[in-house]
Amino acid sequence: MEIFGLSLALLVLFVSFGFMVGVLFGFFGMGGSFLITPTLLLLDYPASVAIGSGLAFYFGTSVIAVLKHYDIGQVDYKLGAILFVVLSIGIELGSRLVFGLEALGIAGLVTGVAYVVLLAGIGALFLRRASKLDDGDDEEDIDDEDIPAIGQQIQSYTVPPMISLTSGGRASLWTISGAGGSVGLVSGLIGVGGGFIRMPAIYYLIGTPLTAAVGTSLFAGLFSGAFGTFTYGMSGSVDLTVVSLLLVGSALGARIGSAATTTVEEDDVIVYFGIMMILASAGIALSELANWLGTGALDLVSVFLLVGSSFAVASMILYQVVTSTGKSGPSAQPEADSGD
Amino acid sequence: MIESVALPAPVQALLLVGVILVQAVALYAGYGVLERVATPLIDTITDTR
Repeated sequence: MEIFGLSLALLVLFVSFGFMVGVLFGFFGMGGSFLITPTLLLLDYPASVAIGSGLAFYFGTSVIAVLKHYDIGQVDYKLGAILFVVLSIGIELGSRLVFGLEALGIAGLVTGVAYVVLLAGIGALFLRRASKLDDGDDEEDIDDEDIPAIGQQIQSYTVPPMISLTSGGRASLWTISGAGGSVGLVSGLIGVGGGFIRMPAIYYLIGTPLTAAVGTSLFAGLFSGAFGTFTYGMSGSVDLTVVSLLLVGSALGARIGSAATTTVEEDDVIVYFGIMMILASAGIALSELANWLGTGALDLVSVFLLVGSSFAVASMILYQVVTSTGKSGPSAQPEADSGD
Repeated sequence: MIESVALPAPVQALLLVGVILVQAVALYAGYGVLERVATPLIDTITDTR
């Protein structure tokens, strides 16, 4: 039985996977597109379709994020507009690279390897954060002294033309173009929104204050997501059915995940999130190994590692929400919305 | 993919962006309404436990 050209099992998988991704990333405050593209790759979608659909999913979640934070705090609109242009150029270059690699027959391999490194890196960062929490070092505040030396060095470049920032500082157009273009290239190449590198790039390399960096990243990300969808849509590389099903699940999951932050301690699940990312990375590595060996025997294990670990951690959050609701009842007091 | 309509590729791509935009807005609004309806119901159920 097929609905919208998909088997019932795939249809249920996409909606439920979207839901779980929404719960996870609503809870951890991230977009989650970096789990969508590798999953589509594992399900044998062509690399360009997996990447295009991942970017389209990111665009949809960005629209919802902007609606949620319609007063997206401080936004440096001039910087946002420049970033949109350079991000779009990067995305365009990245997409051309993907189509070139596809013509060579190695797009899937390159994207897969990039995801193995990316997910393992994110997993390692979360595990490091979890170990710091175990050591009692839960200092999360960031101040100017935390900016690494290389960031301070890049911020100090005054190669003209210089752009005045809303915050009062100035940044070289070359720095903005380099940082934004690189993030756009990564977005276009592997189909991630890139918020997890875009926001730090705006803060650490361009020198925008943290509050404005969050809003400006969201603003530039929304438009670059639309551009990425347009670019891949031009070549018919966006599967609208898949994106729609994922968004149906994700929009609901993100609401629950976001609400769960008031009842579930992030510290309790952060280590599992780190392990989940490492397992997802291992799943993609196994899939690439199976492709290289020319066997499909490991496909099921790969999907299980990537999708199964996401389901497990999201279920853990949902379980804690249900149990804490039962325990605390009406006395539970939600925290004030930080509006991040 | 929007394949059935014989429109130029840029128009199809723009249409795609528009469809995702509208869908995201509709999902945000729809689940918002659902949340408003469901929250008092859940509170009532947990209160009576």
